Amino acid sequence: MALDVDKIRLDFPALTRQIHGQEIVYLDSAASSQKPESVLQAMDAAYRTSYANVHRGVYQTAEETTAAFEASRAKVARFINARSASEVVFVRNATEAINLVAYSWGRANLKQGDVVVLSLMEHHANIVPWHMLAEERGIELRWIGITDDFRLDLTNLDELLSGARLLAISAMSNVLGTINEIRPLADAAHDHDALILVDACQYVPHLATDVRAWDADFVAFSAHKMLGPSGIGGLWARAELLEGMPPFLGGGEMIRDVRQDGFTTNDLPWKFEAGTPAIVEAIGWGAAIDYLANLGMADVRDHEERLTRYALDALIQNFPTMTIYGPQDASIRGGAISFLFDGIHAHDISQVLDERAVCVRAGHHCAKPLMRHIGVPATSRASLYIYNTESEVDTLIEALAKAEDFFRI
Amino acid sequence: MSSNLEDLYREVILDHYRSPRNRGELPVPPATKTEGFNPLCGDEVAVYLEIDSATDTVRDIKIEGQGCSISQASTSMMSAAVKGKTVDGARQLIRAFKALMSIHEHKLEGEGDGSDLAADLEGVRLGDLEALQGVVKFPVRIKCATLAWNTLQQGLDEAGDSSI
Repeated sequence: MALDVDKIRLDFPALTRQIHGQEIVYLDSAASSQKPESVLQAMDAAYRTSYANVHRGVYQTAEETTAAFEASRAKVARFINARSASEVVFVRNATEAINLVAYSWGRANLKQGDVVVLSLMEHHANIVPWHMLAEERGIELRWIGITDDFRLDLTNLDELLSGARLLAISAMSNVLGTINEIRPLADAAHDHDALILVDACQYVPHLATDVRAWDADFVAFSAHKMLGPSGIGGLWARAELLEGMPPFLGGGEMIRDVRQDGFTTNDLPWKFEAGTPAIVEAIGWGAAIDYLANLGMADVRDHEERLTRYALDALIQNFPTMTIYGPQDASIRGGAISFLFDGIHAHDISQVLDERAVCVRAGHHCAKPLMRHIGVPATSRASLYIYNTESEVDTLIEALAKAEDFFRI
Repeated sequence: MSSNLEDLYREVILDHYRSPRNRGELPVPPATKTEGFNPLCGDEVAVYLEIDSATDTVRDIKIEGQGCSISQASTSMMSAAVKGKTVDGARQLIRAFKALMSIHEHKLEGEGDGSDLAADLEGVRLGDLEALQGVVKFPVRIKCATLAWNTLQQGLDEAGDSSI
């Protein structure tokens, strides 16, 4: 069933905000999404009615808070079709999830000369932790290129994976919108005895995610891009991998026992959750997942694919001098649309769009190797989500026409 | 266009953006080349400086790089303003320009009246550069405007070191 976007919009208080006397047109959900009333209420209620630390007290509210916190973990696990909630580690965000893997698994398993394969469309979050490991350990980084139509260039994949220990790759590019088919990549990695880490930060909010169907080993994602609060995200990994990995941060919660001469670690997933976690954020994330699950991810995808097609068509028809950096076929991409007018800088475009209360991102999108590859310092990026409408895309087109007019040399 | 936006994109700024002055390279050496980056937006600038050590003057300056209209215009205006100036004069101009940017920043944040910084502006003719003061109403863009000046400052330091 098609999403009832008018009804959905009523659930998002921030979408009624007026900027310069006009209703906000929020087209930056790939950076961070807005939050529905149910998430705000769940978090507010957690603080107001039943707040305590988790896994510590034996009193009523401590048990309630612990139950709500762990219920959210179970929701996350179900949402990505994990085998068990114990495979979902709460972290701050996808960036921390990838860093956790690099520190814990990477430092325990990778030595000088070992190979990690990345792609040119990775976010810095899936590049810099491996650069750091390369500096520290002397591991080698190899790069999957991209084709002229902004997809992964898999022609030499076998060569790149030869001798590799890990393939670390995005499921959807935050710049190009390109969806990368994970299952064949996982199969190829496993054929070479390499593991696969999936940066699913842009994917989980928009498409039904099944980590087992992917046959993935590690999957990283963030709550704030999928209607949840900032400050919490998830690392999913197969239980046997997590069992074998040394802890990441040390402290309370992650231990079973501490003596003067050492410690033993807690069970999964708490082994990786040192210190008081983002309790209320986890509860908010659970409410966000309820919201998305209630819409149905197939319908979410349908809406976004249709709106992405509408936006691509409108951009292409209206602006012959515009370059769109990403596939032009909406069926193989998400709703993050990067573009540039010949000779006009993305920041100037964004500044003029702000006049019309249109919020788009401008910059390198934390993907500088990709930007260097496509040969531009920055792009503008409009990104779409469940609450965006065709009429908002029309406003974007109008505002872009004004901006182009203003800066045309 | 709102008045704020017209303030930001004054005609003289758009003129420098559309027809940037002193674009190009200088042979290194004798010139020095200094690069600056704005990590927020990916803007890049390279400043080539040729200092006449006898007169301690900026004999020639050339600019390369890419960026938004504000950074391009500021870079172009900077190059026109310091070419032929003494190194001391150029440094004074850098201080004055940065003061122009930060006085307004302070006022916006309600931290005093910026009178301590006003000293840096006294007696310095900014001319066209004053057109850039509309930028301070858009705090995110201040770094676009100051990129070229910070790079020039670094370039003057390096040129000074290499002539010793």
